[in-house]
Amino acid sequence: MKKNETIVDNSNLVPIQGLGVAIEVKNLYKNYYPIKSGEFAGLGRPAIGDKSNPVPLQGLGVSFEVNRGEIFGIIGPDGAGKTTLFRILTTLILANSGTASVDGFDVVNDYKEIRKRVGYMPGKFSLYQDLTVEENLNFFATVFNTTIEENYELIKDIYQQIEPFKKRRAGKLSGGMKQKLALSCALIHKPSVLFLDEPTTGVDPVSRKEFWGMLKSLREQGITILVSTPYMDEASLCDRIALIQNGQFLKIETPENIVAQYENKLWAVESDNMHKLLIDLRNNEMTKNCFAFGDKHHVSISNEQMTIENLKEYLMKENHTNIQILEIEPTVEDCFMQLSQK
Amino acid sequence: MKQLLSFIRKEFYHILRDRTTMMILLLMPIIQIILFGFALSTEVKDTQVAVLAPANDDASQRIIDKINASEYFNVVAKIHKTDEIRTIFRDAKAKLVIVFEDNFAEKLRHNGKAHILLIADATDPNAATSFTFYASNIIASYQQELMGENKNPYQITPEVKMLYNPQMLSAFSFVPGVLGMIMILICAMMTSIAIVREKEMGTMEILLVSPMKPIYTILSKITPYFVLSCVNFATIMLLSVFVLKVPIAGSFLSLVVVSLLYIFVSLALGLLVSTLTDSQQAAMLISGMGLMIPVMLLSGMIFPTENMPVALQYLSNIIPAKWYISAVRAIMIKGLGITSVLKEVGVLSFMGLVLVTISLKKFKVRLE
Repeated sequence: MKKNETIVDNSNLVPIQGLGVAIEVKNLYKNYYPIKSGEFAGLGRPAIGDKSNPVPLQGLGVSFEVNRGEIFGIIGPDGAGKTTLFRILTTLILANSGTASVDGFDVVNDYKEIRKRVGYMPGKFSLYQDLTVEENLNFFATVFNTTIEENYELIKDIYQQIEPFKKRRAGKLSGGMKQKLALSCALIHKPSVLFLDEPTTGVDPVSRKEFWGMLKSLREQGITILVSTPYMDEASLCDRIALIQNGQFLKIETPENIVAQYENKLWAVESDNMHKLLIDLRNNEMTKNCFAFGDKHHVSISNEQMTIENLKEYLMKENHTNIQILEIEPTVEDCFMQLSQK
Repeated sequence: MKQLLSFIRKEFYHILRDRTTMMILLLMPIIQIILFGFALSTEVKDTQVAVLAPANDDASQRIIDKINASEYFNVVAKIHKTDEIRTIFRDAKAKLVIVFEDNFAEKLRHNGKAHILLIADATDPNAATSFTFYASNIIASYQQELMGENKNPYQITPEVKMLYNPQMLSAFSFVPGVLGMIMILICAMMTSIAIVREKEMGTMEILLVSPMKPIYTILSKITPYFVLSCVNFATIMLLSVFVLKVPIAGSFLSLVVVSLLYIFVSLALGLLVSTLTDSQQAAMLISGMGLMIPVMLLSGMIFPTENMPVALQYLSNIIPAKWYISAVRAIMIKGLGITSVLKEVGVLSFMGLVLVTISLKKFKVRLE
């Protein structure tokens, strides 16, 4: 599969809007205060001061809202603060400051209520490897005071695919099947909000495609989904996305608008010496920024007057051969790269 | 309730499917009892003895015969020169050399006094003490016989009676010890590892984000190990009564009550360890180093606490196994009732309550 190809056709998705807010986050700030000073780990802008003497944190945290029945994507690289955000919202850790509510319940005071009504799938496969598929599902059903039969409709499409292996131990499943089992377990109590922390990391492209198809049908059943992913190509499958880097949100928008707001011309450039090409492109004064994208380099050009011919001339002067330049539509990844440079 | 039962069933699956660990847990008490009972016996039997009797008269011969006849000694060599003593020890031919002085019988008869020298190989001081004590007793008994012949009217004969364990069998002392150690090992170590495993595998994250009450998590974690401890308790009891022939002198019910109390304390201890650590290795180290070794060294299982430095004696008081072992010895060996071990029961109950309170308080409802 090509990297920038959309995995699922989402043209027929109609976002269910106007049903209220499922997740509300205001000025959420979390600092783990790593031992190595100067480094920041957590959520929000790095504050001055340390654990014993924190400075006031106003305006440093993150804020956003997720509407009911929405697939909201948190897109960002490893270490950006995605898991921290998920853990605060699922009441697993406490933020240093700021407030958050899920389904109308406060994550600190009403944590017991939240735990009853959300589904959570951590980034790491977290089921019992020595229990069978069926035993895992049964166990989580009873933990949530329900039975498989009661909510079978909801998980049917997903669970049917792994049902032939229901006597197999979870540890012996393939990556894609583990993920389906984990999703079934997270859904077994019909949660109102589903938290999926990097659900597709380490899963093959076919299973990823299937997975997003499942999320789509869950959304149609009215379940709000907060999903994080490091894969930019999955961003376009969400209703809205938040681009996150170093604990800060770069932008919260629909994927279409993010792409539409891309300001510059974007060209894909190729030649025989790709390494030298990257250096030469970056040295060109007309280049705003340039990144390697698979087998091509994406160059964004800040000067409106610049043409493909101009660039070709410049590269030929630098002794490049077999130069190919194409004007392309920006992807979410291009937008992320540009936003993260600011 | 259904939640709890399903959770407990899940815990049993974990244990039953990890065959190796389960076999170790079930076989460990059997192996330990057999090891302590037969291989690691501290009793002195068939000690090899060499004798140096230059006169070779009737008196020395009778003593030698008496010694050889005893089950503790085997006379393996007769030597004739003092130089040979060194060789005997160096070649490890004997552990004890009995040296009679020249003209032993004659001196005994004419002077009423003769000397015997006992030379022992004290590389194992405990054994050396034991067998020199036995040898002296045998010699003393010969002296008694001589006095009997002379009808000496004045004699004081100390008679030593070993109460509760007349044959001085070491099994009597280690059965309570093994009980104390196995329980701590299974309850404290395995419980803490089982809870920490959920943290390490990430499943604790899912369990926390669910309506499952923390107390249910705890209860279901300790139930299987409680059952396992009871099985081990029964195994040890059966082995000690039928294989080692250590009778349960006191009431079996009292023994069970005290053991259940001790299991409770151990489980609470395991719970506490699990709240302090985040990895199975750390839990294993704390339970292994922090519990096993103090139990073996400070509980009185092997070394009597009375002989320890005062500081260690105080330290030994905080070791639950010490109180349990002392209570088991009182009930099982001395045949006393539960009323005689009220102090031990009190201390154990107090420890259990404190530990449970701390660990429930410390049990985290979040990840940090």
